[in-house]
Amino acid sequence: MLNLYFRGDDILENDNACVIVVEGLTKKYGDLVAVKEINFCVRQGEIFGFLGPNGAGKTSTVRMLCGLTKITSGKAKIYGYDVVQNHKNVKRIIGVVPESSNLYWDLTCLDNLLFCGEMFGVPREERLSRAIKLLKSFGLWDKRNVKFKNLSKGLKRRLTIAAALIHNPKILFMDEPTAGLDVFSKRMLWNKILKLKENGVTIFLTTHNVREAFEICDRIVIINKGRIVALGRPWELKRAFSPKGIVEAIFHPRNPKVEEISRLRGVIGVVEEKGLLKIITYDAVSVLEEIAKLAKSRRLDIYLLNVRGLDAEELFMKIVGDS
Amino acid sequence: MFGGIEKAFYIAKKDLKEYYMKPGTISWGLIFPFVFSLAFMIRRGGMSVWLAPGMISLALFFGSTSMSAMAIVFERRIDSFERLLLFPISYVCIALGKSLSSFVLGIIALIPVLILAEIFTSTPPLNPLLLMVCVLLATFTSSTFGVLLSFLIKDPSQTMTIFNIVRFPMMFLSNVIIPVNTFPQILKIISLLMPLTYITEAIRYSYSGIYDIIPPYMSLSVTAILGILFLYLSSLVIKRNIP
Ligand SMILES: Nc1ncnc2c1ncn2[C@@H]1O[C@H](COP(=O)(O)OP(=O)(O)OP(=O)(O)O)[C@@H](O)[C@H]1O
Ligand SMILES: [Mg+2]
Repeated sequence: MLNLYFRGDDILENDNACVIVVEGLTKKYGDLVAVKEINFCVRQGEIFGFLGPNGAGKTSTVRMLCGLTKITSGKAKIYGYDVVQNHKNVKRIIGVVPESSNLYWDLTCLDNLLFCGEMFGVPREERLSRAIKLLKSFGLWDKRNVKFKNLSKGLKRRLTIAAALIHNPKILFMDEPTAGLDVFSKRMLWNKILKLKENGVTIFLTTHNVREAFEICDRIVIINKGRIVALGRPWELKRAFSPKGIVEAIFHPRNPKVEEISRLRGVIGVVEEKGLLKIITYDAVSVLEEIAKLAKSRRLDIYLLNVRGLDAEELFMKIVGDS
Repeated sequence: MFGGIEKAFYIAKKDLKEYYMKPGTISWGLIFPFVFSLAFMIRRGGMSVWLAPGMISLALFFGSTSMSAMAIVFERRIDSFERLLLFPISYVCIALGKSLSSFVLGIIALIPVLILAEIFTSTPPLNPLLLMVCVLLATFTSSTFGVLLSFLIKDPSQTMTIFNIVRFPMMFLSNVIIPVNTFPQILKIISLLMPLTYITEAIRYSYSGIYDIIPPYMSLSVTAILGILFLYLSSLVIKRNIP
């Protein structure tokens, strides 16, 4: 089991900047343990990525924090309020984008937002202006009088996200907000998330867009089978794997056999994809030397030689796989 | 407290906007009680002073419960119900909001039947003010009953079936269209277990000054207590239903 916790800067209770503190949180559905004694804290104003493969326990965790699912054991506090005992105080300051777009089918887009505004106690004179602003900024102004059930999947998603923002929450929980969004809407959403962060909103994000998450998140948790298997800043997670660089190479006029390369010193594994050799290494430098020697002895030219770390998705798969 | 009541109103307003035109609400909530009253009246050749209050209670009962069936069970099926759990409100507030929309539909369903009764019964209501109070109270209790039942239903696709399995025996056993006094002892006891019996007896007393088995102070207070009890139980069931 990997141990990629950077607990040094994650001291739980003492960290005043923590707005979400989770201790020993566990969720069981009957005999199935969906989330097992997880601990983490989310700091004020950060984008906190919560990643994991399907069924890892991400949604269960979000739902426990938002009061949509009972907590089996452990506790969670948001801005100092216990999420169970003080659920009303918690709900006032959080916005939630649930996994499924579940606004009211027979209300129009505008009415849906206005209703959410009413329920969150947004002052009467502000409700309409905020709703209009959100409709415009999510590209739904043309659809304002269309019933939710008649929107396409992606538009439903966008309205669901807009609805979570009507009361200017301090913390925004988003459970796979990009599900069903096209490339443009996704980009727009990532930009919006960054803008919300600029305005001091803390963001708790689960997503399968690992690359984007590594780009925009301040810190990332990777959860697998209900347990946290890695937690840290994206570069910290990357650094932990940095010795295992990847060497990409193309020889001219042809590549040596894959088996031959896999016998070189420092190589973990090799794959050849469309003429490109991807060599996963323990030690990129010695592999480079070995490759130079090999080329010389075979009188091959090196057409391309490139060293890189694992990209975000490879890293994610590695961490999940190892755990 | 007042904030909670305000939000319950918002929930009710939203429900009415969404569901008052739904087939389930219209057919079972509005058309059925009216047509039933009309048919009964035609068969009996008029509406007796005994029958009129029964019809009123039937109308408000079907009207209000049909609305809760729609506005709760349907929302639970499509996950929208969960949204109410994201708002900073208490579980009682949710139950109250859902009861209020049912209440409005109960009143709407009652009006045509009330007009029928007004036209076709020989004597006007004995005590219109008391009748009004009774009707409001009865509609409230019948609403909270429908809300409680809706939250207890596990399989939403069976909603109308389950509602009718509950409503039809009540219709026959609660002194609504058949006098309880003609029943054998065992059915009389069963009828005392039906909330609708108390509702009907309270309405009947305020309409005609007569009652069959339950004295007015009793029927009125039981109706009121049941209304609050159902509301409270609904809030517990909402909380319990959280997975
Ligand atoms: N209501 C439920 N009843 C029973 N088991 C459940 C329930 N909800 C989730 N589970 C189980 O709990 C585990 C974690 O599910 P969860 O939805 O939290 O995963 P996830 O990380 O959000 O996955 P995904 O990426 O697919 O959304 C899974 O094994 C799932 O089958
Ligand atoms: Mg999920």
